[in-house]
Amino acid sequence: MLRGLWKLTWIEIKVFMREPLGAFGTIGFPVLVFLVVGRAVGRSLPAPSLATSGFLRVNLPVLASLLIAVSSVLSLVTIISIYREGGILKRLRATPLRPQTILTAQVIVKLILTASTLFLMVLAGKRYYPVNVQAPLFGFTIALLISTVSILSIGFLIASIVPTARFAQPIGAAILYPMIAFSGIFMPLSAMPPILHAVAQGLPMTYAVSLLEGIWRGDAWSAHMGDVAALAFVFFACTTLSAKVFRWE
Amino acid sequence: MSTSRAAVPVIQVSGIRKTYGSTVAVDEVSFEVDDGEIFGLIGPNGAGKTTTMECIEGLRKPDRGTISVLGLDPFRQVYKLQERIGVQLQQAQLQKRIKVWEAVDLWASLYKKKSIDGERLLEQLGLVDKRNAWFMNLSGGQKQRLFIALALINDPEVVFLDELTTGLDPQARRAIWELVRGIRERGKTVFLTTHLMEEAERLCDRVAIIERGRIIDIDTPQRLVDRHCPERVVALITDDPAAEASFRAIPRVESVDRSDSQFSIRGRGEDLVTEVIHCLSENRIRVTDFRMIVPNLEDVFLKLTGHSIRD
Repeated sequence: MLRGLWKLTWIEIKVFMREPLGAFGTIGFPVLVFLVVGRAVGRSLPAPSLATSGFLRVNLPVLASLLIAVSSVLSLVTIISIYREGGILKRLRATPLRPQTILTAQVIVKLILTASTLFLMVLAGKRYYPVNVQAPLFGFTIALLISTVSILSIGFLIASIVPTARFAQPIGAAILYPMIAFSGIFMPLSAMPPILHAVAQGLPMTYAVSLLEGIWRGDAWSAHMGDVAALAFVFFACTTLSAKVFRWE
Repeated sequence: MSTSRAAVPVIQVSGIRKTYGSTVAVDEVSFEVDDGEIFGLIGPNGAGKTTTMECIEGLRKPDRGTISVLGLDPFRQVYKLQERIGVQLQQAQLQKRIKVWEAVDLWASLYKKKSIDGERLLEQLGLVDKRNAWFMNLSGGQKQRLFIALALINDPEVVFLDELTTGLDPQARRAIWELVRGIRERGKTVFLTTHLMEEAERLCDRVAIIERGRIIDIDTPQRLVDRHCPERVVALITDDPAAEASFRAIPRVESVDRSDSQFSIRGRGEDLVTEVIHCLSENRIRVTDFRMIVPNLEDVFLKLTGHSIRD
């Protein structure tokens, strides 16, 4: 079943890098912004005190990671719509390639891009921010992987439903970005009005944020099994649903 | 143009029907394709050609009816089938920035059996100097040649070509026809669709005419013409005042149309020309132009459906 997967993945990466804004837009640009802001703000920051550093130390890295994850999910949604509209998906399906292989290759490409962007950000962060990166990077990477795969499955569901490539990106953005806003990253869930609180608890992004922040802070995994379960549920629900409604052309 | 026929047909389609919502795309379609022939499904756009072909390729499931390709059920045994067939889809695209050699290399890696030499294939299809070009920068003809290469990479037993030359200029079209004949020379069966009657006439050993989802007739192009359009027309120009009466006296002639000095003499059978020539020499009629208008598939289609295929 994996026949062709690595070759397809590798070609997809190369093809993506050849796009005018491909490499720079997804990897270079976020890192560049990070560096510029870092240079401008980094040095003028006071030594982190407990009061000021809460957002910088925990929320900011989590927010940055989530934004990068969401932007690769959006690019996945767009690429699938473009491939569908151009008949590329159909052409690939008329070979012994399994449908799962075609889609898995896309997901791997996005995961690799997300990972490399984050890796560069961490490197840049170490250079310019006085914040001590003492977070458990390995655990955080796993947590981010779980979150990203879960968000990717939402993206897949969107890609399965959106009618044309032109709508894919805006619709995806309109669904995913508000989820971040209500996820509790800007405001603790407990401080939200009851209605918002209820909404937040229905959004998968909330569990991603809770998991990511917790792991970054150094919580034990056992404290976040609920989050992992919620994200896994989202993944299975969205994947099952996409498998039913996905259109190849 | 008869080819050697094997006992078991390569493709057997019987009574398939496919609907999309309330539209019936294909209805009660049945035919067989023999080993080693170029078989064409011809008809106007929207007649059901692509739907029929995609059912045979296993990309769509017919609502009713059965299909067998190389003894396999295309829908249930699609992966087995795909190992043994080559497919070119109508209006397919590849990734804009994939290179020609990368596409060939990827396709070659997808099949279980050892694929044929991709580089040689590119050479045969005249794509060697384009091997590093991006797909988006290829011309229409080059893209189609690449798709042919991809359809041939697994050394398939049956090759499916859907509207292969649509959108190509006449020169590129002729080059592609040569390639398709080359595929048959290698002993493969070719199943193609086209809405170009000239293409069907020049390329196909047998054709099935499809209209509004139904097959109207199947045979060699020549026999279809003989059966449905046995009429021949001789067009000539003469100033001889007695000519018209002489033409009307020819036994096989059914009608003579005249406008000034131009005559159209209609009749049946291949002897018409001989008889007209005989009449000309016997009556010493001096002609300044003499042409035969032979009916073709285009006329067959018009006759069978009451409208031109271009409408």
